[in-house]
Amino acid sequence: MREIHVDQVADAVARLVQEANFKLSDDVVRALSQAQSLEEAPVGQTVLLQIVENYTIAETEQVPMCQDTGVALVFLEIGQDVHLVGGDLTEAVNRGVARGYTEGHLRMSMLNDPIKRVNTRNNTPAMIYVDIVPGDQLKIKVDTKGGGSENMSQLKMLPPSAGWEGAKQFIVEAVAAAGPNACPPLIVGVGIGGNFDKCALLAKKALLRDVGTPHPDPEWAAREKELLEEINKLGVGPMGLGGTVTALAVHVEVMGCHITALPVAVNIECHSHRHKEVTL
Amino acid sequence: MARIHVTTPITPEQVRQIRAGDEVIITGEIYTARDAAHKRMVEDLAAGRPLPFNPEGAVIYYVGPTPPKPGQVIGSAGPTTSYRMDKYTPDMLKSGVRLVIGKGYRSDEVKAALQQYGGAYLVATGGAGALLARKIEEAEVIAYEDLGAEAIRRLRVREFPTICINDVHGGDQYFTGQSQWVKPDAMVKPKPPVASE
Repeated sequence: MREIHVDQVADAVARLVQEANFKLSDDVVRALSQAQSLEEAPVGQTVLLQIVENYTIAETEQVPMCQDTGVALVFLEIGQDVHLVGGDLTEAVNRGVARGYTEGHLRMSMLNDPIKRVNTRNNTPAMIYVDIVPGDQLKIKVDTKGGGSENMSQLKMLPPSAGWEGAKQFIVEAVAAAGPNACPPLIVGVGIGGNFDKCALLAKKALLRDVGTPHPDPEWAAREKELLEEINKLGVGPMGLGGTVTALAVHVEVMGCHITALPVAVNIECHSHRHKEVTL
Repeated sequence: MARIHVTTPITPEQVRQIRAGDEVIITGEIYTARDAAHKRMVEDLAAGRPLPFNPEGAVIYYVGPTPPKPGQVIGSAGPTTSYRMDKYTPDMLKSGVRLVIGKGYRSDEVKAALQQYGGAYLVATGGAGALLARKIEEAEVIAYEDLGAEAIRRLRVREFPTICINDVHGGDQYFTGQSQWVKPDAMVKPKPPVASE
């Protein structure tokens, strides 16, 4: 068993939440650059230029690209030969989030309770996702996700008779309904299959894939392409002002499901898609 | 589509000049408020208490900035999604507020209230918080300090860039702009604004 101290996890999380907010990752930069070459609307071009100018300022000055510095999503892929020592892992992740958001002058956007609504003033709780995987490494993926796009996400338990056409209709309608609210051009994470909760998780995990990397199964890669084409026919465009680039990418993750079910989840991400990872 | 420069406070005549699709460049004092601050202000109005600022001709910006780094006036400061303020906006417009800045779709009630009370809905580029912060020269918390990022701040802005989406005449730029680019075989078409009385 390889031992990893939980303080290393806390340190990594504190660093990643800041890096994610200050510097857009290369995959998103490439996708935005491609959007600039594809966008036909002049106003869409103006918005894309502002987006590029904005992330350049953020990186140069080490300030957050967006004032909504997000809820910290922390995905832990823990090798089954890893022994975590030195304390409580969940506490360590939250400690890392609190430190990173405080040191980085990031916005504290988390509340203690959805109805009482008192700010915790350290941006905890983090949303922590754990997968046990083969090996003796610990991979930490951080996504600081804004509330505006998350609020536009949807899940529906479709009847199996709806099929691919029904799923496609639901996904495209969800993106159309999100429109300017979610800060397009978007990255659209889709989960199909599993059950109610796994489907939502598939959609979220779809967002973690490097932007524009197709699904490994050619059939699903073709469906991702089909969805992207349908979404970009909507005319929503950058910030919903009209244009030909509404989404930068659509990522689909699939899983087997019950004979009665066709769950579909759409997790929407804004153009400020802030994700970073490290392997310990 | 014109480029219109305005200085606060805003007069009813200036509001009538602004058309959906126009660039509206704002200079002067504007006030920040999000959901929690709106809730309190609307409660103040209902109870007959004065608002934390003079609403006549005022401009409200839906923003919760990040804390400033040492030496900064304000942290990143882009718009938040406007529909969460829909419930409160008609009352704010009725009190004399003329321009509101956010991002995203508004309800039919808000669009009707803009026409009824004489206001316009403007948007700034969502996610461009670092860029927009450069247009803010001063920032001071003036009310509801306990709300943290959601407290009401008075901002002094210079040439703050916005685009008008919903004007006092019933124009709707989201519908107009998207209708120009939607493909004939798109699975969903842009939603036209509901004509008001």
